[in-house]
Amino acid sequence: MAPTLDPMIGRYLRLEIDGVPHRLYFEEAGPANGIPLVCLHTAGADNRQFRHLLADPDVTKRFRVLAFDMPWHGKSTPPDGWERTEYRLTTASYTAAIRAFCRAMDLDRPVVMGCSIGGRIVLNLAIAHGAEFRALIALEAADFQQPWYDTAWLHRPDVHGGEVCAALISGLIAPQSPPVSRHETLWMYMQGGPGIFKGDLYFYRVDGDLREKVKAIDTKLCPLYLLTGEYDFSCTAEDTLRTASHIEGVDVQIMKELGHFPMSENPVKFREYILPVLDKIATQDHC
Amino acid sequence: MTPADRFARLPDLLSADDDLRRRGRWVTVECRVDIGSEPFHLSLSDGALAALDRGPRLMRSTAFTVRGTEEAWQRHWKTIPAPGWHDLFALTKHGVASFEGDLRPLLQNLQYFKDLLALPRRLPGAT
Repeated sequence: MAPTLDPMIGRYLRLEIDGVPHRLYFEEAGPANGIPLVCLHTAGADNRQFRHLLADPDVTKRFRVLAFDMPWHGKSTPPDGWERTEYRLTTASYTAAIRAFCRAMDLDRPVVMGCSIGGRIVLNLAIAHGAEFRALIALEAADFQQPWYDTAWLHRPDVHGGEVCAALISGLIAPQSPPVSRHETLWMYMQGGPGIFKGDLYFYRVDGDLREKVKAIDTKLCPLYLLTGEYDFSCTAEDTLRTASHIEGVDVQIMKELGHFPMSENPVKFREYILPVLDKIATQDHC
Repeated sequence: MTPADRFARLPDLLSADDDLRRRGRWVTVECRVDIGSEPFHLSLSDGALAALDRGPRLMRSTAFTVRGTEEAWQRHWKTIPAPGWHDLFALTKHGVASFEGDLRPLLQNLQYFKDLLALPRRLPGAT
């Protein structure tokens, strides 16, 4: 009997980010000449969050979907000497990693879709590098969000990092999400490296305040889509709508019965929202 | 049934959930949960409720307290809670609940406590 194989292919990419050699794991699916769609996972997680999108023929018939594990995440090898450093993501380092990936893969004006911290950095791409992208999609994104817990609990010897990370974010999943998808999403959080979720949140909490800056986004240069789940109380619907109110021409939607991890917590529901967006991007005439 | 009456059913609800008791097998702690103005003292032993005392207890010592308004618990215990009422941290972010005391045992067993305090959702009339 022939094996049952998922359609995505996983590989390791050698590249330099800010002059430091990295080995990044990524998966891709779709035609080589498809519109490149680069997917950015949430803080403390990895590219498996996009496995349903990578396996969706309605997406991959037109898009070449690429999802990489950020440095220090998933199967991407941390840089040499990691043991002597405390990991901290910044706006600059995150932006550099995305642009380095797109350059190394020789992607022609890709679409970038990111969720949570990935959504926040997408806003920064729109602010600072819009001309490099065909369109940008920010899931669960806002220019700023009010913190709702102390990140000091995420990395200490008397609390299991993976379990506390998963338990904290479990409330960001909509109650309507299928239990299997909910627990798969939590499993990914339980597997992050020590201190990595906390290090990602440095960008979210300390370094990545984009209030005021989002007013500089030019959606004529690069269309921008914001989609936020109604059950996300980290990046609330109000946060996203407030952000959208400062960006002329932005396309904003609040997604019913979804939370902070739409693509992994309820892939069937998410495609109701994302397929029309991808359709608009594929047919937009000004690209 | 008032929210406090619903919470008073916790011993039966936890007894009926083998999986939650299994996941809480490391939890042995004294803690307090306030449903509006009504305090409940929980004595947890290996994930099971050794005692649930309703009402004030003079000088009772507890590791931590979870407080919520009556409305917060009522809305939290809907079968499908509305956005913003569906998680303990959504409640604390909105200022209708709080965590006080030594939060270490709470954070060490966070999913257990979240699930424990959501058990009244299973009672009839939660919709």
